[in-house]
Amino acid sequence: MQKHISNATFKGTKEQKKKLLDAIKKHKQEKGALMPILQEAQTIYGYLPIEVQTIIARELNIPLREIFGVSTFYSQFSLTPKGKYNVSVCLGTACYVKGSGDILKKVSSILGIEAEECTKDGKFSLTACRCVGACGLAPVMTINDNVYGRVTVDQVEGILSKYLE
Amino acid sequence: METVNIKINGKNVKAEKGSTILETARKEGIIIPTLCYLKGINEIGACRMCVVEVKGAKSLVASCVYPVSEGMEILTNSPTIQKSRKTTLELLLSNHNRDCLSCERNTTCELQKLANDFGIENAGIYDGKVSPHTFDDSSLHLIRDNSKCILCRRCEAACRAQHVAVIGANNRGFDTQMGCAFEKNLADVPCVSCGQCIVSCPTGALRERDCGDDVMDAINDPEKYVIVHTAPSIRVTLGECFDMPIGSNVKGKMVSALRRLGFDKVFDTDFGADLTIMEESHELIDRIKNKGVLPLITSCSPGWIKFCEYYYPDLIPNLSTCKSPQQMQGAIIKTWYAKENGLDPKNIVVVSVMPCTAKKFEIVREDENAAGAPDNDFSLTTRELSRMIKTAGIDFKLLPDEEFDPILGVSTGASAIFGATGGVMEAALRTAADTLTGKSLENIDYKEIRGNNDIREAVYNIAGMDIKVAVTSGLNNAVKILDKIRDGTADYHFVEIMCCPGGCINGGGQPTQSSDTRNFVDLKGLRSKALYEEDKNLPLRKSHESPAIKKIYDEFLGEPGSKKAHEILHTSYVKRDWLL
Repeated sequence: MQKHISNATFKGTKEQKKKLLDAIKKHKQEKGALMPILQEAQTIYGYLPIEVQTIIARELNIPLREIFGVSTFYSQFSLTPKGKYNVSVCLGTACYVKGSGDILKKVSSILGIEAEECTKDGKFSLTACRCVGACGLAPVMTINDNVYGRVTVDQVEGILSKYLE
Repeated sequence: METVNIKINGKNVKAEKGSTILETARKEGIIIPTLCYLKGINEIGACRMCVVEVKGAKSLVASCVYPVSEGMEILTNSPTIQKSRKTTLELLLSNHNRDCLSCERNTTCELQKLANDFGIENAGIYDGKVSPHTFDDSSLHLIRDNSKCILCRRCEAACRAQHVAVIGANNRGFDTQMGCAFEKNLADVPCVSCGQCIVSCPTGALRERDCGDDVMDAINDPEKYVIVHTAPSIRVTLGECFDMPIGSNVKGKMVSALRRLGFDKVFDTDFGADLTIMEESHELIDRIKNKGVLPLITSCSPGWIKFCEYYYPDLIPNLSTCKSPQQMQGAIIKTWYAKENGLDPKNIVVVSVMPCTAKKFEIVREDENAAGAPDNDFSLTTRELSRMIKTAGIDFKLLPDEEFDPILGVSTGASAIFGATGGVMEAALRTAADTLTGKSLENIDYKEIRGNNDIREAVYNIAGMDIKVAVTSGLNNAVKILDKIRDGTADYHFVEIMCCPGGCINGGGQPTQSSDTRNFVDLKGLRSKALYEEDKNLPLRKSHESPAIKKIYDEFLGEPGSKKAHEILHTSYVKRDWLL
């Protein structure tokens, strides 16, 4: 699947930038510094917009295109901002054969956004992820750090409603 | 040479230690097909066309990256290999836009050739889902059609080798596509327009923006007076488009062909190059004597100029303010020539034929319109001209040799060598040395700065003054010099930088050659040798001795560096932002 690129306005803060620059400084001399830096950047900002990748490109003196190539190669990196609640539906093999594709569709229709998008109010984002390591509970979805296993399409509305108010 | 003993197809062979199976086989007359391999640029073993059997190896190996070793036994043409290569081709074709008849690379496409060589009977045998394919025609100089891309990464590698690296593979697996950062259009990223990606592409996925039809429309418009001029290197590369040997000088036939296409006048950009030398050598002497910004860096190569504006804007003061030969030629046509011949510059259409795609960008630059209209209206590549000649049904090889029109077709050996790396420097030194010594010097071959070494440096003592020069081509090499200039560790007076490796003879607008030729034939050497031959055989070999140059200064410009010369022949540069 091609990575969805957000056109939402970048809202990075000075504190976030300082954290990013610290992370770059920490890893800069390591071989293969780009991966840990991208991971930390994603933790800091929640996603890797062009503004963030540009800072990394300048600091590491790596072409922006190459960094973008890495960020679109690995499924762990996101180019769209995360909402207050990030709903992640596992499309790994086990979950998929157990019907997680339908669950993703249901979440998508309730929230009115496609996978890799964020609602306008910034409350929910939706991710189609690959294996969270809980195949025994397939199909699995997570909302932030809460894991929901053996989910059925009918349960989706109820699960989401806890986060709606 | 240290050797190892190996066996290829049962034959004992002494192979150079450290060389690859592919290189060794080629020396033995065995052509192993390749798609992704470009020697020294892209050695990634990705396309799997070059697979061979090595005794004891678990599976077929990629011969382009597999080094030979003592006792190795290799098969290059077994049934297993043929089947594997054929399947690879069929799979590539299943995800390929097979619109070959209307493809620019029809008959010069490497994929098409291999499909033919391998007798692919059903190109659609594995047809199914196709990858998403973007199409980018945002920039002035090139068009990318990913439906014809085979993901060999040769363009990506060529772009990286130019220190630009704005294109590459995005996404993953079946969704992988060549593109720019954040899927931006090429026009919105710091591409320098050099076109090295185009000449690296094995298929029709990358091509220049063709303006041959627009030029023909102008020729067929009775209101327009259409003048063409051709860059120094075109005469030694155009023949390749008509199956002539690499390094053939087809100057006379080229002029013939241009007349038959209907151009009103056929001039030589070599005149513009001679003019560039007059202005640039004057600028050099002026900067040395009057403590101007040094080193002076040449400005003939628009890809290099754009690179400087994007990546080294702090060195813009070092750039010569001279317009490039293309622009000087156009400027003189629309000012002096128009006046002399009672023509309205607005009715003159100036067409250049260039080895370059960045020239398409240069003609629309600001401050390049001496007569109030653009100095040049169209810039064609060598390839576009060859297509126009073919479309017009001109039998190129049988054409008689004809001469350029006077007087803007008169030139010297100094300008002929502009097309090879080091040529501009040598031409400028010939004139600067005569100017500084006040003599006509006989030793005018500056051999230290010729050739293909990445960076050539020399110190020439001229009239008691040491002039330190450096010459390089290819932006990855240029960066090495630029960084030294930037941090103050270089003490050159004069630096020549050409954007494309080897100079204009290897420009992005030159005829495409197969990877086999690029890997195993000295393409740059053969093409530039033809230019140095031309220089050697011309009666006049110094720009300032050209009667055309003398006439222009006597009647129109006054002295090199005069106010008028500055108005017409010099330009300015802008700082360009990159990344966002």
